[in-house]
Amino acid sequence: MTDTPLLSIRDLHIEGRAGEAWLPIIKGVDLTLHRGEVLGLIGESGAGKSTLGLAAMGYARDGCRISGGEIVFDGIDLRSASERRKRSLRGRRIAYVAQSAAASFNPAHKLIDQYAEAPLFHEVMTRAQAQSDAVKLYDKMRLPNPAEIGFRYPHQVSGGQLQRAMTAMAMACRPDLIIFDEPTTALDVTTQIEVLAAIRDIVRQFDTAAIYITHDLAVVAQMADRIKILLRGEQVEEADTRTMLAAPRAAYTKSLWAVRSFARALQPPATDAPIVSVRGVTAAYGKTPVLHNVSFDIHAGRTVAVVGESGSGKSTTARVITGLLPPTAGEVLLDGKALPPDYRARSRAQLRQCQMIYQMADTALNPKLPLREIIGRPAEMYLGLKGRALRERVRALLDMIELEPDAYIDRLPGELSGGQKQRIGIARALAADPQVVICDEVTSALDQIVQEGILRLLDKLQGELGLAYMFITHDLATVRAIADDVVVMQHGAIVEQGAKAQVFAPPHAPYTELLLSSVPEMHPDWLSNLLAARQSQT
Amino acid sequence: MSLPVFLILFLLGSFTLAFVFRATLSRALPHNQAIVARDMPLTAAFGIMVVAVYLFVAVFAPLLAPFAEREVVGAQFQPWGGAHLLGTDRLGRDMLSRLIYGARNTVGIAFATTALAFVVGAFLGIWAALRGGWLDQVLSRFVDALMAIPSLIFALLLLTIFGTSVLTLILVIAAVDATRVYRISRSVAQGIVVMDYIEAARLRGEGSWYLIRREILPNALAPLVAEFGLRFCFVFLTISSLSFLGLGIKPPMADWGSMVRDNATLITFGDITPLLPAGAIALLTVAVNFVVDWQLHRASGLKE
Repeated sequence: MTDTPLLSIRDLHIEGRAGEAWLPIIKGVDLTLHRGEVLGLIGESGAGKSTLGLAAMGYARDGCRISGGEIVFDGIDLRSASERRKRSLRGRRIAYVAQSAAASFNPAHKLIDQYAEAPLFHEVMTRAQAQSDAVKLYDKMRLPNPAEIGFRYPHQVSGGQLQRAMTAMAMACRPDLIIFDEPTTALDVTTQIEVLAAIRDIVRQFDTAAIYITHDLAVVAQMADRIKILLRGEQVEEADTRTMLAAPRAAYTKSLWAVRSFARALQPPATDAPIVSVRGVTAAYGKTPVLHNVSFDIHAGRTVAVVGESGSGKSTTARVITGLLPPTAGEVLLDGKALPPDYRARSRAQLRQCQMIYQMADTALNPKLPLREIIGRPAEMYLGLKGRALRERVRALLDMIELEPDAYIDRLPGELSGGQKQRIGIARALAADPQVVICDEVTSALDQIVQEGILRLLDKLQGELGLAYMFITHDLATVRAIADDVVVMQHGAIVEQGAKAQVFAPPHAPYTELLLSSVPEMHPDWLSNLLAARQSQT
Repeated sequence: MSLPVFLILFLLGSFTLAFVFRATLSRALPHNQAIVARDMPLTAAFGIMVVAVYLFVAVFAPLLAPFAEREVVGAQFQPWGGAHLLGTDRLGRDMLSRLIYGARNTVGIAFATTALAFVVGAFLGIWAALRGGWLDQVLSRFVDALMAIPSLIFALLLLTIFGTSVLTLILVIAAVDATRVYRISRSVAQGIVVMDYIEAARLRGEGSWYLIRREILPNALAPLVAEFGLRFCFVFLTISSLSFLGLGIKPPMADWGSMVRDNATLITFGDITPLLPAGAIALLTVAVNFVVDWQLHRASGLKE
């Protein structure tokens, strides 16, 4: 490490426009990065992580402006540098890897052409050189079939491969600094490992400095040499990764570390008859089969967690239970009686028993209806409440989800935060007074602290109302926290099922083993050890 | 007065009027609406003012007009001034009175037609998007077939079949325009029916009527309102052109379109009287679009 830092940011202030006024987003943050060093940037959403990451390139998003401080990259002052000068740096000496590779690649061009774009623009390579270089880097990123994959279009490769192709693309000009903006957040745990390992290797190999932005502590522990924690645009604390993990100083950091501590008390095994019973369900979208002979039970007061990577048929199972997708074989029993396969054939009483909470609260709540109506409508429909009684019920429900009734009853969904919206989704489900609630990835779009609040709320409500939950998730930490029974799915079939303790204790089915071992742990050597272990097996 | 000077004076005058109008509105209204009025752009204030004046004139036409609508009160083509402020037309009817009554007929009919086209077109379009399947296919292909025929020719055809009364005029133009409204509301609704909140409402057991009214329509309103403004102007022009062709509003009812045609000969003598009804149409079109633009801006939450 040399003495002069590669990137040094001093007392940076960034403001964002809100109507007429400018609100501060970054309030005086310092950042120093040496050559070959990886800095992890952590914070909940809205903490200013991405804004800070982009500022390291001398860039501010539309509607934002850098209002104070200095950004010096390798002796060049990026704030006073001309746009032309900055363009000559971007892509060549500073590169950026965005969260969603699928949205960042141009779907109309082949991967390798997009790879060659930066080297050609900066005139550091000819097209032929760039292409042969791309193949080399694809190989280093452990992409399958590196010689050919570049000639595919973005939609022809998987999400994990696309993210690796994007990292390779950022590497094209061998930059001194790469900014990774949540590169694995949108990926499954099993895919995430591959991408993490590939990114770590290539960064080390070329001795590239990196800023790694994420909200996942366990991930950053694997990647970063140092960790910086942001809260509402201000730095909370910064330290060496191992020091930070072993002895966090600030209260906020400790609360971040403690999030995963929530765990539901162990329930005795169920003895009563199940409320919902899925029996030998096989289903297909058109001619494509998606579910094969799926059977499990959901008991009152208990939580069944359905786990698996995306495309494993978790959500499809929920669609069969709710009646949106009639199965081709098998049936769903409610209280021992078979439900009509199509929801349109079900009675109101049957519809009422089984309610759903959605992953994306943004699309699950009608943005033009006030909360009063969103929550009140099911109560009005199913329970026949009107006027005063209805109003009281809505207020009681808002109380239940820990939102102040007077302040919220007339708001629109747009006036709520992400976590509050998800609470409204819960209230809407409860308004029908159901027996079963299907939670479809309800916490995966939320920050960890907010997630924990939602999980605690669901647990509390389950205790009070004796609800049965079917909890769909790909996050095993969530499963550990709240499940009583676990169903592991892969390729539309159940791989393993049983009580939580039984599924999580060895011996595992091979796929369960893979899933469990892929969940990042806080320990900084976890990834290295895991990769070493997997290597020795094969 | 030369033309540029006149134009500049006209623009200045409109701005001042709009400004005064906005100031008065924000004083007169209760607090909540006063804020809306204070923040609206001058164009919107101008638009609202013009629409309000038109409505006032249309409603109180018998009180405002110095002469009756159909009465022959003087010689043909009298010049401006005297008892007849804007002169008389080719039958000797008072031009100003007919302009005033024309507001009632033309604007009223255009509004009724547009409203009807929207109720029918938007309902069917959203319904088709919501139900999908064969219903969507049948409705959409039928609409495609109707839209394949040029609208003016189709309207002429229907009017010759059913005869030209005010009612058939409204129904025919509404039918033609409903196809366009159907198209836009179906495509807007198609983006909405895939949202989770629609799925949630369906799973709750809601009927189509509730889904259309409470769940879809509020979210489809912004583009539909914009379309309403445009459509209103088109209908206006269609009625006027039909009247100009002699198939629209029947004489002796006063109508701006036919007034242009009837008095067109005056243009050759350098008299601008026939341009007045045309100007009335243009002004209302501009005003309505100002208001719609403003509403759209507010609904979409766009800044700048």
